[in-house]
Amino acid sequence: MTDDVDALRVEDLSISYGTAPPSVSGVSLRVRKGEIVGVIGESGSGKSSIALAMMGLLPDSARVTAGRMTVAGAEMQDATERDWERVRGVKASMVFQEPMAALNPCMRIGAQIAEVLQIHGKTDKRRARARALEILQLVQMPDAEKRLGYYPHQLSGGQRQRVVIAIAVAAGPDLLVADEPTTALDVTVQAQILELIKSLRDETGMGVLFISHDLGVIGQLCERVAVMYRGRVVESGSARRVLEDPRHPYTRALLESIPRPSVPVRSPLAVIPALNDFTEAPAELEEAS
Amino acid sequence: MSDDVLRVKNITQRFGHGDNAMVALDDVSLAVPRGETLGLVGESGSGKSTLARAILLMRKPTAGTIEFDGEDVTGLRGRALRTHRRRIQMVFQDPNDSLDPRFTVARSISEPLVAAGIGSKERRRRLADALDRVGLPMDSAERYPHEFSGGQRQRIAIARAMAAEPEFVVLDEPTSALDVSVQAQVLNLLVQLQRDTGVTYLFITHNLAVVHHLAHRVAVMHRGKVVEEGTGEQVMNAPEHPYTQRLLESMPVLYRT
Repeated sequence: MTDDVDALRVEDLSISYGTAPPSVSGVSLRVRKGEIVGVIGESGSGKSSIALAMMGLLPDSARVTAGRMTVAGAEMQDATERDWERVRGVKASMVFQEPMAALNPCMRIGAQIAEVLQIHGKTDKRRARARALEILQLVQMPDAEKRLGYYPHQLSGGQRQRVVIAIAVAAGPDLLVADEPTTALDVTVQAQILELIKSLRDETGMGVLFISHDLGVIGQLCERVAVMYRGRVVESGSARRVLEDPRHPYTRALLESIPRPSVPVRSPLAVIPALNDFTEAPAELEEAS
Repeated sequence: MSDDVLRVKNITQRFGHGDNAMVALDDVSLAVPRGETLGLVGESGSGKSTLARAILLMRKPTAGTIEFDGEDVTGLRGRALRTHRRRIQMVFQDPNDSLDPRFTVARSISEPLVAAGIGSKERRRRLADALDRVGLPMDSAERYPHEFSGGQRQRIAIARAMAAEPEFVVLDEPTSALDVSVQAQVLNLLVQLQRDTGVTYLFITHNLAVVHHLAHRVAVMHRGKVVEEGTGEQVMNAPEHPYTQRLLESMPVLYRT
């Protein structure tokens, strides 16, 4: 581990495919160690492309350029697939929306966690099971010892997501990239997983880049937030400030479109016109985000 | 006397037998006044979709009765059932469930009207009226579902439901798959349609904030039971049942303020 304070630092990131206009352009983000930073946007805003780019997981057809790209202390600009393999899953790992897509349905979860530890040379075969149990306890799996021998289908959705998070943090990464990890979960389970991410951050000191379409979830979890619109960051700042005092017209419209108790019942919610181009308004960026 | 268009009385739905029996609905009773919206809130497995199926007479409940417009419809069969079904429509979470990708919008909207024996002139009138009500241009009629965005497709599904001029519409998570800005448009549309036509809604969702905005009354389901019922304000501001309290505490603060 380096003594660098940043878990992630990317400047002037652009992503484009073929001759189409860039799907992400001029995006700068910074996640310090021990910090949870949210990226919020609607479908097509480019938020998931950023998540994949930070893990070197975009398809070869994507053209990625950046003024700087430091992932968990490693300079990843112009990194080769071999370079990424030294970072991915070890120094930086990722959690997706659908836990079943990340788990092997034919393998007991204890073995899946142990496998990750062995691949990354974090333990030998003999001690892997004991270490897997420790990690499963770290993600607060109820009855962890018994569940080591379970297959994914024997677990609830929330428990599966705990296993995926366990695998992601097994090697002790500096950066966790989470792309909508609670979107498929019930609200009571979502609250538990958000608490888990916070407590893992507190215990390990890793930085978290949290991608979501849900302003409420971002407000609950993140210290800072970047609002994406059509591939650009239109507003960034402390999550509290952005949600309580949004400055960019898009952020304001997004907040006003949400049904909340403060909005009179059955009154028309604000609508974001499809033809409105919010990119004309200057971006409201706080600090060298 | 209140004018309830729908009364669900002591519905129980059991699956399986003996020790393996699973009680999906446990003595559920509800009433929905005409022209109003009842919001039905619950998490996965709470029984909310099973209740919707019972109300739509898609499955006969183990016990209990369903009254529609003062009449017991629980055991309706044959022609009487088909006649009854025209008075109730359904909108699903995924509009693709009610739109055939090979059908034009006009055909998707008209098909249930053909089945109901409505003549071609009246069908054309209702098609134009339904498209107008959901805010889609008339030239949408000859286009196919894939030419529309997710929000527009949900409008088409709503147009299809409304063209039958139903008294009652069951909305099962109709905005859960949509971006919030698109959700706002669909919710605004549903409120407007109710004002214009007096239609009654049962709005099923996991999202208490959405239901608070739209519904006149809210029922909270947990493990096959209605654990709490009241106005949106009562349920949101002074929840009585421990489960409702837990549900509210789990909601991000933004949606509680």
